[in-house]
Amino acid sequence: MADKIATRQAYGEVLVELGADHPELVVMDADLSGSTKTGMFAKAYPDRFFNMGIAEQGMYATAAGLALSGKTVCASTFAMFAAGRAYEIIRNSIGYNKANVKICATHAGITVGEDGASHQTFEDIALMREIPGMTVLNPSDAVSAKKLIRLAVDFDGPCYIRLGRASVPVFYGEDAQLEIGKGNLLREGKDMTIIATGIMISEAMEAAEALAADGIDARVIDIHTIKPIDEEIIIKAAQETGAIVTAEEHSVLGGLGSAVSEVVVKNCPVKMAFVGQDDVFGESGKPDELKAKYGMDKDAIIKAVKGLL
Amino acid sequence: MQTLELQKTAAQVRIQIIKSLNKAGSGHPGGSLSMADVVTVLYFDEMNIDPADPKMEGRDKLILSKGHAGPVQYAALALRGYFPKEDLQTLRKLGSKLQGHPDMKKVPGIEMSTGSLGQGFAAANGFALANKLNDDPGRIYVVLGDGELQEGIVWEAAMAAGHYKLDNMVAIVDHNGLQIDGRNDDVMKVTPIEDKFAAFGWNVLTIDGHDIDQIKDAFSKARECKGMPTVIVAETVKGKGVSFMEGQAGWHGKAPDDEQTAQAIEELGGEA
Repeated sequence: MADKIATRQAYGEVLVELGADHPELVVMDADLSGSTKTGMFAKAYPDRFFNMGIAEQGMYATAAGLALSGKTVCASTFAMFAAGRAYEIIRNSIGYNKANVKICATHAGITVGEDGASHQTFEDIALMREIPGMTVLNPSDAVSAKKLIRLAVDFDGPCYIRLGRASVPVFYGEDAQLEIGKGNLLREGKDMTIIATGIMISEAMEAAEALAADGIDARVIDIHTIKPIDEEIIIKAAQETGAIVTAEEHSVLGGLGSAVSEVVVKNCPVKMAFVGQDDVFGESGKPDELKAKYGMDKDAIIKAVKGLL
Repeated sequence: MQTLELQKTAAQVRIQIIKSLNKAGSGHPGGSLSMADVVTVLYFDEMNIDPADPKMEGRDKLILSKGHAGPVQYAALALRGYFPKEDLQTLRKLGSKLQGHPDMKKVPGIEMSTGSLGQGFAAANGFALANKLNDDPGRIYVVLGDGELQEGIVWEAAMAAGHYKLDNMVAIVDHNGLQIDGRNDDVMKVTPIEDKFAAFGWNVLTIDGHDIDQIKDAFSKARECKGMPTVIVAETVKGKGVSFMEGQAGWHGKAPDDEQTAQAIEELGGEA
């Protein structure tokens, strides 16, 4: 069994690494630095860390001001309060000004777990990908989180990075090649394709193993960059495998499934099915219990694949 | 710049506001005219800026958090030499750099695109924090409306500026008492403004926002104040300088017609 590390933990670690050779890097938080792991940066570089208190809207506008003054800013809170509560501030102060702010939002999706529905966001990818010029990243494990955050800090422009609370299997090797805007082919297959993002990648790989035992040869693709999306890898999958299941820890409305559909419908219409939160609020529970109950696990993917073929 | 000269310049700023809004056929005269004196003092006397080098290192920056008053900022920038005065006639037209609310990507001298209320104020904290980090002597000025104070983010920002002791920042509140739906006091009471800012750790000054000497003096006092941000509550008249607009909420977001424009320019002493 692979090591299990939360992507937020990887975020805290990579911030400390980046702090050394990025003197322009400033980190902000809204009273959740212990949970988002920005506290690790705060300890290493106290002069470049600003706790803005429980004031997410003010934090993201202030982040814009810092960025427009030449700083690279990573500003964190829970995804609900970043993409949700501060949406219009992110849109107008960060997006419209093309401010160099990385919105590193943790505790996304159902795997927030016990905190329940008020803290489980399934809308953030949809909201963020609507903003012109916003890059949207959703790493699947600790290794890809570190690599993608490094890439995000190295380009000038707004970026939303979705991170999770729960420990998830480390999937990528340290030598993995990741590029913003390029999907990763993780498993070849000819019968159909599972396109997944974030923590659904490990579920998709397990599902593909199980499907293989039933004689179904499933391709698996990691779309860690929801925007700009890798059209080429999606079109190729549609042409070569003829059916696509998307899997995300997000609403089936507006997220990865919608983004993939937009590409497929325009270029090579094939049958699709969507694994994700099915337009309902969540509830309290253990992450694995919730993933099973709300249909965002290996079994849900297998069911969707079999329903499609 | 001498007081008399600043007064004359402010009158010319007002005339350009009226002319550009007349040409545009829509826009916000009331809250542009009420800030004409403060904005004129900022661009022509107070701020360390260079129109030939809008991105000059160490410059002072003005963020117009009440972005709907763009016409006053555009007029002042044009008269100060950032771009030709003739461009003011393109306000709000398709393809113009002079958008309905200021766009930093299009206009030299605009430090941040604003328009959605309260955000420019919180962003000003970011500009001020960055200058502290960089030992940049530039000062940050941010203009807010009084109705804008009803936005929650304003008080998040006020709290943060006090907490971080941003003495390189000055907020100016355009206290003309009116907003779109009428008097602040009827829509949503914002007073006492001074006590609210003082409670968040601000140095508070109240002035006549149309008295050039008082405006200059307030900026000078703000510069001397260390360890806390300064707010200048500028008591103003909405529509100041144009008799039929003064104190009228109806002139918040309505352009003057040709006849009204001619009368306004005459009242303001005519174009130089």
